[in-house]
Amino acid sequence: MFFEQLINGITLGSIYAIVALGYTLVFGVLDIINMAHGEIFMFGAFVGMLLISYFEAPVLLALGGAVLVTAAMGLLLERLALRPLRGKKGASHLASLISTIGVSIILENLAHHLFGAGNKPFPTSFADASFTVGSTTVYLVQVIILVIAVLLMVGLSLWLRKAKAGKALRATAENLETASLLGINTGRIIVSTVVVASAMGGIAGVLVGMAFNYVNNQMGLPMGLKGLAIIILGGMGSVNGAMAGGLILGLAETFVVAYGNSGYRDAIAFVAIIVILLIRPQGIFGQALPEAKR
Amino acid sequence: MRKISKFFLTASILALVLAQAIPAAQAAPVAAKIGVISIITGAGAAYGEAITNGFKMARDELNAKGEVKIELLIEDSSGKQEQALAAAQKLINSQQVTAILGPTLSTEMKVVGPEANASGVPIMGTSTTAAGITQIGKYVFRNSLPESLAIPASVKKAVAKYNIKSVAMLYGNDDVFTKSGFDSMKKAATDLGLKVTTIEEFQKGQADYKAQLTKIKATKPDAVFCSALYEEGAVILSQARKMGINQPFVGGNGFNSPKVIDIAKEAANGLVVATPWFADKNDPQVKAFVQKYEKAYGKKPDQFAAQAYDALYIMGEALKKAGQADRNKMRDALAGIRNYNGVLGKFSFDAERDVVMDPNVLIIKDGKFQIFN
Repeated sequence: MFFEQLINGITLGSIYAIVALGYTLVFGVLDIINMAHGEIFMFGAFVGMLLISYFEAPVLLALGGAVLVTAAMGLLLERLALRPLRGKKGASHLASLISTIGVSIILENLAHHLFGAGNKPFPTSFADASFTVGSTTVYLVQVIILVIAVLLMVGLSLWLRKAKAGKALRATAENLETASLLGINTGRIIVSTVVVASAMGGIAGVLVGMAFNYVNNQMGLPMGLKGLAIIILGGMGSVNGAMAGGLILGLAETFVVAYGNSGYRDAIAFVAIIVILLIRPQGIFGQALPEAKR
Repeated sequence: MRKISKFFLTASILALVLAQAIPAAQAAPVAAKIGVISIITGAGAAYGEAITNGFKMARDELNAKGEVKIELLIEDSSGKQEQALAAAQKLINSQQVTAILGPTLSTEMKVVGPEANASGVPIMGTSTTAAGITQIGKYVFRNSLPESLAIPASVKKAVAKYNIKSVAMLYGNDDVFTKSGFDSMKKAATDLGLKVTTIEEFQKGQADYKAQLTKIKATKPDAVFCSALYEEGAVILSQARKMGINQPFVGGNGFNSPKVIDIAKEAANGLVVATPWFADKNDPQVKAFVQKYEKAYGKKPDQFAAQAYDALYIMGEALKKAGQADRNKMRDALAGIRNYNGVLGKFSFDAERDVVMDPNVLIIKDGKFQIFN
């Protein structure tokens, strides 16, 4: 049973990590927390569900559709809720936090109107396919989620480290004014950051639908709160931190149930986060002096 | 003089004979005012609508038969305790009703029940399933089957049919309803001497049940007892079946919704639940009620409509026995109701004025709820 629970934990953790990546990218570049990310994630899940159940689309097409829709939502979010407030005289740093909360409420209610309340099934043709290694049962869907998650994380890391746009993004995250002085079009970088983060949310939504077999319009907030906890645990704005934090939370939640009491699942997972933060207040991969980077 | 007395004699004899020959047609129907407290506005108005629809249909049918003449006085509680109490006081003191049906929620009954009991007005809840309702006093009745009676019925049938020796349990620990359902399941399992392999918990809105289910699967139980509301329950079923947990599931009344089949699809097969009301029952009385209700209100009657419908019929039965609109006679007549045959099945009050009836035990088979034998 240990290895089965380990795989359960890694699957859950890699989904958490992808959700957290969306938060950490936006925070790294813009220094704001995008409270609408959870709802964008939920829309991604619904788009995937609709494509799969009504058009019998294969998983890759469902992922593509979700990416398109959520990327477009990211673009709109940046245009309508973030840009108007950016650099405005007298606008508090919290203004964009509030505007993204507004967007999240609008999106949740929009989903209620479009898709209705309650759980909707998320059918996948390979949902119960599995194979056995030794005495451990592994489900195909878990393998697929893991492969997609790893590809996404490796791809993102490589892009950030090697590609020109990725380097520009890191420079902008380091210091917006300096990056702009160095000839980086920071406005464009900000837009593409929000778009990429939202698209990752969309992918996470489809993966959640595949893993848990259902979607509903309320799923954004709980997942969003976990994503927030993870980036605090991993270090705000840190990509590696989001991945590690996601895996820690996923494994902690699973093993609390496996070897402890399932009633304390969330409590113990969050106690673990508090303990880690007491030891490393800046988060696992956070920089010791966040002021230094500004 | 003689002639006249002879005429009177013949006339009185004639009258006597006539009265004996056709008593029912001549006797005036027993008239009574019955108060109804229900949720007409606000959240939960859907329950109130179903309940009052059930009452109105039963009233029209009873009055048409001519043995009783019931006038319903319907008051709105909005699901609030203080408004329910005010409605009860109005019905008891100024409208002078013989008996009260309602209120809708157990919390409302907790304040209305003592008031009616103190005023000596019989009151019957049709949807109040919490523990301790009829223990409020000797004027308080109910015809709504509590979970503590429904769950053992489904457990017993499933255990006998599948030869269950060991069970795993799974329940929502942050909801009063699913928690008390779990308590009933655990008690039923202990009473039948079943081995409990593991007890797992979850919280409302949880998405991933794989950790709990992997653990349950490893203990290899003969069945899973799961106390959940249908939203979570359907997801649990669907994840469990995909993991190869094909054992039967026994659920509470919260699990009893066609939505389970919508969400879990074929994974819902093998779920056993107990319910007081089954609209697809192969019974002429049930079929006639469903057909008539559907025609009148455009939808199938739910459990609340059915319980209300039977409740007013039980009141009518008691009113006939009481013979007049008297609160105390009405109470005694109600307390004496045994083996009344309604759309919910055979119904009796026990010594504590609580429900005695056999719930329908259902199983999801081939994508729909069916009677479980």
